[in-house]
Amino acid sequence: MPVFYPLLAVNSAIPLSYFVLASAALFSIGLGVVVVKRNAIVVLMGVELMLNAANLNLVAFSRYDPDLKGQMFGLFVIVVAAAEAVVALAIVLLVYRRFQTVDLDEVNEMKR
Amino acid sequence: MLSIISLSLFGILNLFLGFLKSRRVLLPATLLFIALAFAANLLDWNHQYVYFRDMLRTNNLFINFSSIILLTTFLTVAISRSFGTDEEHTHPAEYYAIMLFSVVGALMMVGFENLIMLFIGLEILSVSLYVLTGSDKRSLRSNEAALKYFLMGSFATGIFLFGIALVYGATGSFNLSAIGSYVSGGPTTGISPLLYVGLLFILAGMLFKVSAAPFHFWTPDVYDGAPTLFTAFMSTVVKTAGFAALYRLLTVSFTGVYGLWWQVLTGVTVLTLLVGNITAVYQSSVKRMLAYSSVSHAGYLLIAVAAKTPQSPSAILFYSLAYSIATITGFAVLILVAEQKPIEGRPDERYEAFNGLAKRNPLLAFSLAVSMVSLAGIPLTAGFWGKFFVFSTAVDRGMTNMGMVLVVAVLMSVVGVYYYFRVIIASYLKTGDSEPIGIRPLYRFILVLTTALTIGLGLFPDVVRQLF
Repeated sequence: MPVFYPLLAVNSAIPLSYFVLASAALFSIGLGVVVVKRNAIVVLMGVELMLNAANLNLVAFSRYDPDLKGQMFGLFVIVVAAAEAVVALAIVLLVYRRFQTVDLDEVNEMKR
Repeated sequence: MLSIISLSLFGILNLFLGFLKSRRVLLPATLLFIALAFAANLLDWNHQYVYFRDMLRTNNLFINFSSIILLTTFLTVAISRSFGTDEEHTHPAEYYAIMLFSVVGALMMVGFENLIMLFIGLEILSVSLYVLTGSDKRSLRSNEAALKYFLMGSFATGIFLFGIALVYGATGSFNLSAIGSYVSGGPTTGISPLLYVGLLFILAGMLFKVSAAPFHFWTPDVYDGAPTLFTAFMSTVVKTAGFAALYRLLTVSFTGVYGLWWQVLTGVTVLTLLVGNITAVYQSSVKRMLAYSSVSHAGYLLIAVAAKTPQSPSAILFYSLAYSIATITGFAVLILVAEQKPIEGRPDERYEAFNGLAKRNPLLAFSLAVSMVSLAGIPLTAGFWGKFFVFSTAVDRGMTNMGMVLVVAVLMSVVGVYYYFRVIIASYLKTGDSEPIGIRPLYRFILVLTTALTIGLGLFPDVVRQLF
């Protein structure tokens, strides 16, 4: 009796261009957040969106790649993004202790 | 390859050395580690190896670039001190270890054969530098610089990574030569537009890391806010590794679409030269001037990349070497001079701080003068030959393509003379206070060594160039 995987069956019906469009939208949202928002934590979230947009692309493309190189890269990206987030939060915490704010417009000692 | 593995292990070893009561062993140990890695690196001379299923490739070009990186790291570590006066809150072992780790990233960027390695190398280098930038934990400016560097840097990483994903979508591979054969082999359906977009995204990410205009806006603030020692480290190692990676990526993978990227790069080059040199003129702080000067030197290096002649790698190598040595000397003198008379607890980095330096310490003044002359590109110094080799690659490419860039580059070198000579004029012709400045023996040795190298390479450039 064949096992039926509903998720897989649905997935295989979705053409590649949908994934590319979704990841492009995710990337644009992330980019917009980074450019527009002034809170350091929110900007960080925007950066994560951009990284994950790239990840979505990598995994979607690797469906057509017998070696699954894209998925391997995706794993590396997740690890690197985690390491980056650790450093980022440490820096933001330090900045908060010194400046009492995480608003990027107010963290501006250099211009004075 | 051995150098990458040994540096990673040495970095961890360094962390353990931090547990020792005495901290005096750290500096010699780190210097020894770098020297060992340098020696291990040379073992592969004249051999070609490919490691880990086409992930890394070592050849003579790799060894040349990594030797320059290791040499600059050695010089930077040698001029480092206790990282602050307060024994309780300084962590020299960690900083040395992070520096070694970031060099591992830089070496991976030089030897990558696969875009995965490029990405990971770039990230190891960048994340280490975010930490080092913020290492002066109690300084507001250092914290601010770290935050800015991190946000801008990870933004650039996001763009860079998206570019890699698109190139993967177009070519189905991360391998440099596989991408190269797709691009130049001319697939039957034509090159996918995804590849062009991906290439532009990757270029934007890489140009950001080497601080080329219009992606340079983070450079002055970050270089200014970071502790001067790490500014020296950033402006030399990242530039060398970034240009090695950029050149390798563009020539191995994207030679087939040279018509697309040389135009982008020449535009960026002209902009970088103009912005870097002209803004440097208006700075009142020497540290900020050196930051803009590093932007302008990215412009000169880009000329050699955009020209893409067989001489380009050796031109990039020589220029990076000359630039790195002169920049380290400049920053080394700046560190000593700036801490003599702090203003409001901060080192005094204005031009005025250099007044009368020749009387206070002739060696400092002389090595500063030689390094500035070399950065300006005056003959009899290494910097002149660096510029000469870079400009000659542009001439080889042809005046119709590169003529405009050459004109701008030559004009801007003249502008450069103005702001570099301001420091020399301050130290030799102006009068300041006459309190002498003392130097430690190792510091003195490094200054003499870099000055001798700058003059030596200026007199006999072929000694090194025949290796390249």
